[in-house]
Amino acid sequence: MLTMILKRLLLAIPSLIGVVIVTFLLTRALPGDPAAYFAGPAADKAAIEQIRVKLGFDKPLIVQFFDYVGDLARGDLGNSLTTGQPVAAEIRARLPASAELTLLGLIVSVLIAVPLGIMAATRPGSWIDHFCRVLTTAGVSLPVFFTGLILVYVFYYQLGWSPAPLGRIDVFATTPPSVTGFYLIDSIIARDFGMFRASFNQLILPAMTLAIFSLAPIARMTRASMLAVLSSDFVRTARASGLKPSTVIVTYAFRNAMLPVVTTLGMVFSFLLGANVLVEKVFAWPGIGSFAVEALISSDFAPVQGFVLTMAVMYVALNLLIDVFYGIIDPRVRMEG
Amino acid sequence: MRDITVTGVRPVTGLLATLQHTRYVLAENPVTAFAFGLFVLIVVTAIFGPHLVPIDPLQSDTAQALKPPSARHWFGTDQLGRDIFSRVIVATRLDFGIAIASVALVFAMGGLAGVAAGFFGGWTDRIVGRISDTIMAFPLFVLAMGIVAALGNTVTNIVIATAIVNFPLYARVARSEANVRREAGFVQAARLSGNGEFRILLTQILPNIMPIMVVQMSLTMGYAILNAAGLSFIGLGVRPPQAEWGIMVAEGAAFIVSGEWWIALFPGLALMIAVFCFNLLGDGLRDIVDPQRRT
Repeated sequence: MLTMILKRLLLAIPSLIGVVIVTFLLTRALPGDPAAYFAGPAADKAAIEQIRVKLGFDKPLIVQFFDYVGDLARGDLGNSLTTGQPVAAEIRARLPASAELTLLGLIVSVLIAVPLGIMAATRPGSWIDHFCRVLTTAGVSLPVFFTGLILVYVFYYQLGWSPAPLGRIDVFATTPPSVTGFYLIDSIIARDFGMFRASFNQLILPAMTLAIFSLAPIARMTRASMLAVLSSDFVRTARASGLKPSTVIVTYAFRNAMLPVVTTLGMVFSFLLGANVLVEKVFAWPGIGSFAVEALISSDFAPVQGFVLTMAVMYVALNLLIDVFYGIIDPRVRMEG
Repeated sequence: MRDITVTGVRPVTGLLATLQHTRYVLAENPVTAFAFGLFVLIVVTAIFGPHLVPIDPLQSDTAQALKPPSARHWFGTDQLGRDIFSRVIVATRLDFGIAIASVALVFAMGGLAGVAAGFFGGWTDRIVGRISDTIMAFPLFVLAMGIVAALGNTVTNIVIATAIVNFPLYARVARSEANVRREAGFVQAARLSGNGEFRILLTQILPNIMPIMVVQMSLTMGYAILNAAGLSFIGLGVRPPQAEWGIMVAEGAAFIVSGEWWIALFPGLALMIAVFCFNLLGDGLRDIVDPQRRT
């Protein structure tokens, strides 16, 4: 098991190198003179030259690249042009908000999609199977920002069940003492259940939006792989041996059917991290996505670069985690490792 | 001995067989037929839309601002009093155009690179594979954001970014399809009759993997539209006052909390219907071209 994890870690290194090269090239691909770009429209020639030297743009590309890697190794992602603050600190402060939202969205989506897929596969042609098909097709067709707005309209404006879609907690409330940065967990640690409810109420709509979006591929894959497994020989044998239908489905079929679903999770994460940006904009969520969007609008490139890099590194790490998890549920993979 | 001749029955071959199979699938699957009808409607709207709309989509009338749907303004009016129905119709051309352009671009880039990788193998394969892996190491929408931010905030760059993030999908499909045909009989025959490798690639391999690639295009059209609309939703690419579904939803977002639902709803629905249509059509086309992959 340990060798497998180590091997997989080694395999992640080329991806990381690729990610760093691409994020580096993205800044250098800025149209025109990057120094003039960073200096802003009001700068004169001398100021631009000064910035060029300060940012190291006068050096050869390869030297610039290693400077960039060196900065990254020290955790330096540059400074934001508009706020002057270090990008790394800003991203670190905002990351828990995004992570809490994305994780809750994923959990809700798995909790709905997997049982739905199993039920659809065990009763093909039934109403639940059709419901599953409609839901998965609609889920991939709905733009995630549009779903979010509909939920806001229904649950905030019409029904009044949800608080205004403005961030993680009420503007007048104080944040719970920060331990993990996840308000749900922090408020439990602080034994402040009013706070828990308040942050949960803020979180539920954006999390549902993400869940509706990511539900489709998971449910679809669960249904397809469950159908394949249920028609396999070992399930027929198990059934013929007189095992209870629930035992057959849960112990025999489910674990095998989960393998392709876990593989799909990689793709789901790619969608989720992207959708997260849009959902954060809809709900004014103070995460790294909305940070990047604000920077994009004001053509402030360092935060965008830091954001793209952070997201990519997280995505590589998540894929690593998925592979390890795959090894846990499938002994054959462990053997090969 | 009598000759037994059967008249009136000929073996179905070629185009006729495809047509018959297509008709069979469409009859079997009314959903695909419906999606195809919708597709035709979208194309017609994209081509003739600007000539059909009742009201100039850019004409503002502050006296009529934020009015709910009525007989004059079917979809209501926005904060500047512009007619949302006209704007939704006119926007079809831009959204559809962005999707078509990016899909065509990635078809050319990814398709050719993938075919070359699968056919030649070796270094070509390794380089294309590396590029695909690197792109896949990013969450796709995030990479698209980064690319548009770097190349500049224009519609052309949205097309390029959408094409780049879809590159691995096309390259992989084209690669595996070309790879299995590498030593096929007809390729060997072409080789024996003295065709060069590059010529074989263009005249033998490429036409044969076309159907699968067209399915791939149709399957990714929906994603391309969503990606482009998402980028313009966060303020990239298309600039106001130009009508585009993503940016119209973004403009309407501010009014959702005060109950003016129609500004965001109608462009959002248009977006949804377009994506829905392409997804259904893609599934349907796949059933026609490659029935075994049906899920």
